[in-house]
Amino acid sequence: MSPLGECPLDPGGYFVVKGNEKASVMSSTEMTKSKTIIRMEKEKVYLVLNAFTSKVPIMLVMKAMGMETDQEVVQMLGRDPQYATLLLPSIEDCASIGIYTQLQALEFLEKKDEGALGVLRDIFIPNIRVGGIKSPVRENNFHLKCVYVVVMLRRMMDAILNKDAMDDKDYIGNKRLELSGQLLSLLFEDLFKSMNDQVKFNVDKILSKPSRSSRFDVSQHLLKESITVGLERSLSTGNWDVSRFKMHRKGMTQIVTRLSFIGAFGSMTKISPQFEKSRKVSGPRALQPSQWGMLCPCDTPEGEACGLVKNLALMTHVTTDEEEGPIISLCTCFGVEDLSTLSGEELHSPSSYLIILNGLILGKHRRPERFANVMRKLRRAGKVGDFVSIYVNEKQRCVYIASDGGRVCRPLVIADNGVSRIKDHHMRELKDGVRNFDSFLREGLIEYLDVNEENNALIALYEGEATHETTHVEIEPFTILGACAGLIPFPHHNQSPRNTYQCAMGKQAMGNIAYNQSLRSTVSLNEAMSDGYLDLPFGLSSTAATDDENNRAAGQNATVAVMSYSGYDIEDAIVMNKSSLDRGFGRCIVMKKISAAYQKYDNTSDQFSSPCRSQHDQIQILDNDGLASPGEIIRHQDVYFQKECPIDPKGSMKSHPSQTPYRTSKQTYKGAEGETAVVDRVALCSDKRNNLNVKFMIRHTRRPEVGDKFSSRHGQKGVCGTIVQQEDFPFSERGICPDLIMNPHGFPSRMTVGKMIELLGSKAGVSCGRFHYGSAFGEPSGHADKVEDISETLVKHGFCYNGKDFLYSGITGMPLQAYIFMGPIYYQKLKHMVLDKMHARGMGPRQLITRQPTEGRSRNGGLRVGEMERDCLIAYGTSNLIYERLMISSDPFEVQVCRKCGLLGYINYKSKTRVNFKNISRFLLS
Amino acid sequence: MPKIPLWDLPELPKNQLPPHLYLQKTRVFCNNDAPTHTENIHYSGAYAALGVDNSLRLDEFRKNFKVKVIKLNEEDMEFDLIGIDASIANAFRRILISELPTMAIEKVLVANSSSVVQDEVLAQRLGLVPIKVDPRLFDYMSENDVPNQKNSIVFKLHYKCDRGSGERRTVYSHDLKWLPFGSEYVLPTESSSDSTSKPKTYTSFTSSQDSLPEFANNPITVTPGIIISKLGPGQEIELEAHAVKGVGKTHAKWSPVATSWYRMLPEVILLQDIEDDDAHKLVKKCPVNVFDIEDVGRERATVARPRSCTLCRECIREPGWEEKVALRRVKDHFIFTIESTGALPPEVLFTEAVKILEDKCERVITELS
Repeated sequence: MSPLGECPLDPGGYFVVKGNEKASVMSSTEMTKSKTIIRMEKEKVYLVLNAFTSKVPIMLVMKAMGMETDQEVVQMLGRDPQYATLLLPSIEDCASIGIYTQLQALEFLEKKDEGALGVLRDIFIPNIRVGGIKSPVRENNFHLKCVYVVVMLRRMMDAILNKDAMDDKDYIGNKRLELSGQLLSLLFEDLFKSMNDQVKFNVDKILSKPSRSSRFDVSQHLLKESITVGLERSLSTGNWDVSRFKMHRKGMTQIVTRLSFIGAFGSMTKISPQFEKSRKVSGPRALQPSQWGMLCPCDTPEGEACGLVKNLALMTHVTTDEEEGPIISLCTCFGVEDLSTLSGEELHSPSSYLIILNGLILGKHRRPERFANVMRKLRRAGKVGDFVSIYVNEKQRCVYIASDGGRVCRPLVIADNGVSRIKDHHMRELKDGVRNFDSFLREGLIEYLDVNEENNALIALYEGEATHETTHVEIEPFTILGACAGLIPFPHHNQSPRNTYQCAMGKQAMGNIAYNQSLRSTVSLNEAMSDGYLDLPFGLSSTAATDDENNRAAGQNATVAVMSYSGYDIEDAIVMNKSSLDRGFGRCIVMKKISAAYQKYDNTSDQFSSPCRSQHDQIQILDNDGLASPGEIIRHQDVYFQKECPIDPKGSMKSHPSQTPYRTSKQTYKGAEGETAVVDRVALCSDKRNNLNVKFMIRHTRRPEVGDKFSSRHGQKGVCGTIVQQEDFPFSERGICPDLIMNPHGFPSRMTVGKMIELLGSKAGVSCGRFHYGSAFGEPSGHADKVEDISETLVKHGFCYNGKDFLYSGITGMPLQAYIFMGPIYYQKLKHMVLDKMHARGMGPRQLITRQPTEGRSRNGGLRVGEMERDCLIAYGTSNLIYERLMISSDPFEVQVCRKCGLLGYINYKSKTRVNFKNISRFLLS
Repeated sequence: MPKIPLWDLPELPKNQLPPHLYLQKTRVFCNNDAPTHTENIHYSGAYAALGVDNSLRLDEFRKNFKVKVIKLNEEDMEFDLIGIDASIANAFRRILISELPTMAIEKVLVANSSSVVQDEVLAQRLGLVPIKVDPRLFDYMSENDVPNQKNSIVFKLHYKCDRGSGERRTVYSHDLKWLPFGSEYVLPTESSSDSTSKPKTYTSFTSSQDSLPEFANNPITVTPGIIISKLGPGQEIELEAHAVKGVGKTHAKWSPVATSWYRMLPEVILLQDIEDDDAHKLVKKCPVNVFDIEDVGRERATVARPRSCTLCRECIREPGWEEKVALRRVKDHFIFTIESTGALPPEVLFTEAVKILEDKCERVITELS
């Protein structure tokens, strides 16, 4: 890929629409579109279906579907008298209105709603096809639907009798993720059908004409680009309005944030819920135990979407739909008995299990465990899809087989009798490159389990902890974290919300985006930031170790002294060493894109323009073609683009192009005053309308200044409070001078022990010359260094075991009265920089209509003296200042008023006559 | 306790502090938890109640002050400053870092740069390359000065990686070529005008720098071997770098030292006799081998190399050991280290620093009088 200018490490997973990179956000669904509810009200059971106007007694439905005898229903429910008792009021209800036969029931339903039989056949539980799976011979055979209803009834009654049998709505196994493919297929279906309708309409119109001149050709009438445009629109706006499927969703796509590689990666693993976020519920926001290994426990935003928006964990795989047919035939081969051959009594017989495939009752099996094992063996052998899950639910006496799309699953090492199938020689082959992950999967050493099947497995965290019953072993404990949380070293030592903060902050850190980042900008990314001087972290984190993320780092190793200094470090501010900044610490490059175009008109077009050299300074950076040349320094008010525009763009058709009069048009650069940027690159391209487009990439290298935001990898952000000369900084016995000073008050309340361990580990790493690792939960497996070992290394190199150094004050020259905790910590520069935010104005632009000062920094707007500011001024007693602010500075307006009539004088725009200008007097309106 | 009349108490020796106060005055106690008595006592009457004069006497200072050079080579120097106050030693350190002038590249005129390194970054990297030239031979260039042979040095860097070679090439600092005649780039405004006279360039050197006696057989070079950039096939760097004189206060590139610092002389005292097993334990504890064992009938620990103590506090980490071993720092004995960047040898740097401090003192004296 690299010869083509693409980054070989780019993970993909996004769409490029109209020059923007858009990632589609996965959404988690709980329910499918058509709902069938069986509800108990006042001890009677009803069916609630949208197609029916009102709720229908369940026994009526059963009778309408041909199950006329109450005994049969009770028999299918099970022998236990509890169930019969619960159903009794419903039976009595049905009998009391005198409905006993199918005909009566259908007539009753028909009275309420037209076409009741059709509704029952097609809309009610539509996944059960009437006539059975294999014998569509007899129409209107409702037996299977009856069975399904009875199973539903029984489940409901179980929940009434025993609260434990209730399903958990937030359980991940009950959720399905909707991926871009599903969304696009819906969109496509809608667009395609709309197009067909439109084509049909057009063709009908033409064919209905009595006489046609040319031969009819359908292909002439196919609408061009309607599907393309529709797809493009939905992807670029993120609005999924598919009225055909009653789907109106907003924000389905997001622009990929290309600040750092991990940030971009993180935005592609995002999962957002379908229901609105304003609901004040705690259930769906809470951390679900079933989330283990599937969704990251740390990575969630703060605020209203907290806990609702989730991120995938490292190894998670989201399944796609798989063919059901082969699985059904396999099941029957392995002894699943078709329901139609069974009597009602046997439905809930305790000796056998129901087999359910994707919510479809296939039949019964007498030896469910054996059946499940056979199916699993087939899956491991690759005869069934890798992501088919077989789950034996002993409580419900069911075996669930799932092959549908949208389930989350993750790989685990298979263990037989507690012995992992992966042996040392496998790992050696992996290291030698003979094997890869897929070969492990193919040979049945590893398999994917979904959340439901995990319930049947006994998973050991480490191989050593496996017992005889263990069926699986975790691949690596840190895989429960997502990409962003995996960046944190020693996250398991931190207070949990800190990791959450870091996950949000890691996406704002500036870093290398991709290998092709210097080429990227032509794809319109508005502000890419990159750091010219990135380091690898000395203390590595989990994903940093496994991923090749290191090449795309997003920070620098700063030697941090944890001490108080100068008072400019309160409230998390950091004190920075000026010499470190001189030497390049924390510098970043900000890219800005500005574009210009050569317009095409009817028969004229804009022309290149050669600048006249002897003119003023502003055009100095222009090349002979009127475009700023790359490498030139560009300042505020500099002209970067000059062209010749025809004065009359409509143009008379007659005149020769060379005779059309032109005027020079210029575009000037608007940057901050005193800031010197550089033209990085100039790209020429043609746009949709075939105009020549010019894109200028303006690069600005920034060194940190007071107010820029920095953060370590532990949710500890802080602004630069002051910049101090190196000679004023403390120095250690070995002459080490810190790059920045952090206030120790940041530690006690935050409890980011991981940061301290990172410091220790990095310090040891620097002194012994190897990376130290800080993978999550990595100490037992050796993927994270223990503090004891780190301390030992430190001592070996003459440091104190606790990382505290004897420091001399750079100001007095005397030793400090405490040992200072000092060492390297990986620091990220966040995208919030003062240069983009600082704003002040005196006189300035005003709005045209109201004459009030404009709003916002981008329009050089005024700063509002609001209610609270006013209160301060009142309290302070500066009444003249309030008067000035409120009356004079904002809305004064001078008018001319006639002293006699009192009307305002004005100049008539058309006749240029002055109206009411006798006896004029000036008047200040305010 | 029997009552002793005041006049029967033993006479305190005159002009001498009691031992514990003397220790507190002259030593920093590096305890396990925190260093104590770190501050110097400057007030002349601090011990007046004891009849001890604490004022600083010049003749005393002259008698006691000693400089001992431990290590000296082209780049580094380690020497002891004995009998001096921390504030003065610190002043030298501060001056060395920030007030000694050197030459450093300040302006880079990029004619062509197609490498991946951005121009600003390239310029910043060039700025940090130490130039091996005595800054005392040059003048400062003030705002409205024109660059001439007395205040600037011009280097040229032209490096190209051929397209056909298919290899990346590294640009090193020693690829910078000294231009003794000044800039070769012609000012754009002058290019069109009279062609007869010498075209005006970015510098106005009246004579060549290599005609000066200092540089005649001694061309100006920079520290070699520093990677400046890497070029891919077809990429090229062509630029001119103008170096001027400046001080480290303005920018770290003008700092003549990589760093310079001091540490106070470590003093390790065994408060008790440590013998046999304990002695072996103690020797094993120290990662820098401060302790040794001497055999005087029984094995006893001795302090053999106190100077190498890095203050890791391993020896006093375990409870109970703080009573046996005392780690101290001598307050008026500084082990001073200067790591020069190469412009001047470290010993010259130090004498220059002394001169600057002298100047400053003189200025204060003249201002006061």
